[in-house]
Amino acid sequence: MTIRLAFSLAMASLWYRRRVLALVTLTLTLSITLLLGVQYLRTEVKQSFTNTISGTDLIVGARSGQLNLLLYTIFHIGDATNNIRWSTYQQLREDQRIGWLVPISLGDSYRGHRVVGTNEQFPEHFRYGRDQQPELAEGEWFGDIFEVVLGAQVARKHGHQLGDDIILSHGGGKTSFSNHKDTPFTATGILAPTGTPVDQAVYVSLEGLEAIHIGWESGVAIPGRTVTPEQARERNLTPDAITAALVGIDRKVLTFQVQRQINESQLEPLSAILPGVALSELWRIMGQFEKALLGITGFVVVTSLIGLVAVLLTLQVQRRQEIAILRATGASPMLIAALHVIECVILAVAACGLAVLAGAAGIAGLSPWLLETWGIQVGLRPLNTTEWLIIACVPLASLIVGLIPALQAWRGSRKQGLGHVVPE
Amino acid sequence: MPDMTSKTDWPEDHSPTPRQALHLSNLSFRWDQTQPPISYPDMTLNSGEHLFLRGPSGSGKSTLLSLLGGLIVPATGELTLLGTELSRLTNGQRDRFRADHMGVIFQQFNLVPYLTTLDNVMLPCRLSRKRRSRALPTPREEAESLLTALGIPQSHWHRRVTGLSVGQQQRVAAARALTGAPELILADEPTSALDSYNRDRFIELLLGLAAEKRSSVVFVSHDQSLAERFDHQLALEVAP
Repeated sequence: MTIRLAFSLAMASLWYRRRVLALVTLTLTLSITLLLGVQYLRTEVKQSFTNTISGTDLIVGARSGQLNLLLYTIFHIGDATNNIRWSTYQQLREDQRIGWLVPISLGDSYRGHRVVGTNEQFPEHFRYGRDQQPELAEGEWFGDIFEVVLGAQVARKHGHQLGDDIILSHGGGKTSFSNHKDTPFTATGILAPTGTPVDQAVYVSLEGLEAIHIGWESGVAIPGRTVTPEQARERNLTPDAITAALVGIDRKVLTFQVQRQINESQLEPLSAILPGVALSELWRIMGQFEKALLGITGFVVVTSLIGLVAVLLTLQVQRRQEIAILRATGASPMLIAALHVIECVILAVAACGLAVLAGAAGIAGLSPWLLETWGIQVGLRPLNTTEWLIIACVPLASLIVGLIPALQAWRGSRKQGLGHVVPE
Repeated sequence: MPDMTSKTDWPEDHSPTPRQALHLSNLSFRWDQTQPPISYPDMTLNSGEHLFLRGPSGSGKSTLLSLLGGLIVPATGELTLLGTELSRLTNGQRDRFRADHMGVIFQQFNLVPYLTTLDNVMLPCRLSRKRRSRALPTPREEAESLLTALGIPQSHWHRRVTGLSVGQQQRVAAARALTGAPELILADEPTSALDSYNRDRFIELLLGLAAEKRSSVVFVSHDQSLAERFDHQLALEVAP
């Protein structure tokens, strides 16, 4: 009964002081939203990261570190150190243990988006997320040399439709002065959004890349040596080299064996990496940063809790009379102390509730922007255990800091006489 | 009207309904070691009798009320309320005792600002089971009938108390003190903020309703003109 009384008194008291307390609760709400948001995004971004590639057992490229290889083949960040010879690729194809190979050829760009040269094996075997296949939203996969398939974001950002002419630029970068303008491509397909770097790239055939580089052997177009699309079709368009290859192994137990053999290959210096291992190494590096961020937001919450206590302590001066009345009516110092703790915890719980709502609204509002700008797919999902734990920590912490005003009130009301007789 | 400055004889009584509301013997108190102790004359107040307590500032009137309320403990002597020696109780037991057996009215600012008039009146019933069981027929109905008797307009019952006039606030405080029929009502200059009309009305209603509930009133005031309404008087003096 006393607990119920304490609760109803605390509620009435909070409501009476709602104007002052609304501001501190807002501060607390914002800081919890921040903390929760960082934790949520951390999980989501990690998920988005690990979702980037799946089903591929090995990535093979020129000898380099695994992070570098992973970054330029899958995330389209940075450049390849070297290429691998077409003959090496052919040799890998003949290996019985290797189930499939997806060639990847990088180097050109389209308005800042990477151009990925590949073949029909890509839609067949490339997987992301939980074994999801990249699907075409419109049109079909390229069949001809001068056909291109656009990633979802590329099409959306530049307003491309099927049949549009696409002129690729030589090299990377947003603005390029050397464009392959003699050999335009036609958009034949637009991929559905995947929330991975696939959305940010355009896909052409290896032969197409070869064709547009005839006469570009020195890095720029040499007048008179470039060809028209018609002339190009008559040439042998088998590439000399590719950048990397995604490898699928039929019997997974052989993965390490194949990896070892490729790494020790006598053909040329090669690296074969396990995408999962490389991803977790990448995440370990990123993880340091976001752990620091989480720590900082944790401190923000602590700061606002201290602010809350400061306000409660200031209010205490106003509450002398009310406490004198409660004491005279027979309330024990414990009840007075409990009142303070309960008020503090109620405010924290309210702030947590508001923070969850604000966070959900924020994520719902920001997710299109995140996908567009950063290519990170963040969706609403039920909170996980860690997030619930973080939320639960806040009322717990408020209970602890609430003991400060409570203890003061308890000591004060023990010394207090009836009514105004408070000798200081 | 006898002046209750001397001890009167009374039989030992520990029955469930003690005839004796209040008994002081050899009582003294000191706030701290640097100040001289305040000594109180021995006295007894029977159940249902009212006591008028007067004396200049600093004579220890409010201190006596705090002693009676059990918020502070005497330095020496005995303080027996309703047959219970207060200093034998623990802090918690004294709080409980106060909740069960006492109603308190202050000079002013008597009400919890964030509760409605009715909730303020019913507060003792929520803190004490005993008071609740004696609030008949129910705490709410008793509170309503007390408020009616004390002339608080019904329109104020469900509103927060901040809209009440000072006179009304004191009457609501009286209703709170009376609810659940406590044996003892401690009133610390409850009329000092009131005009003479409100003061007379307040005393009249308080004593009338206290008689109905069989409560003893210990009334502290400077106002000698009120003394004649009480069975007993006790004059305190500033210690030399």
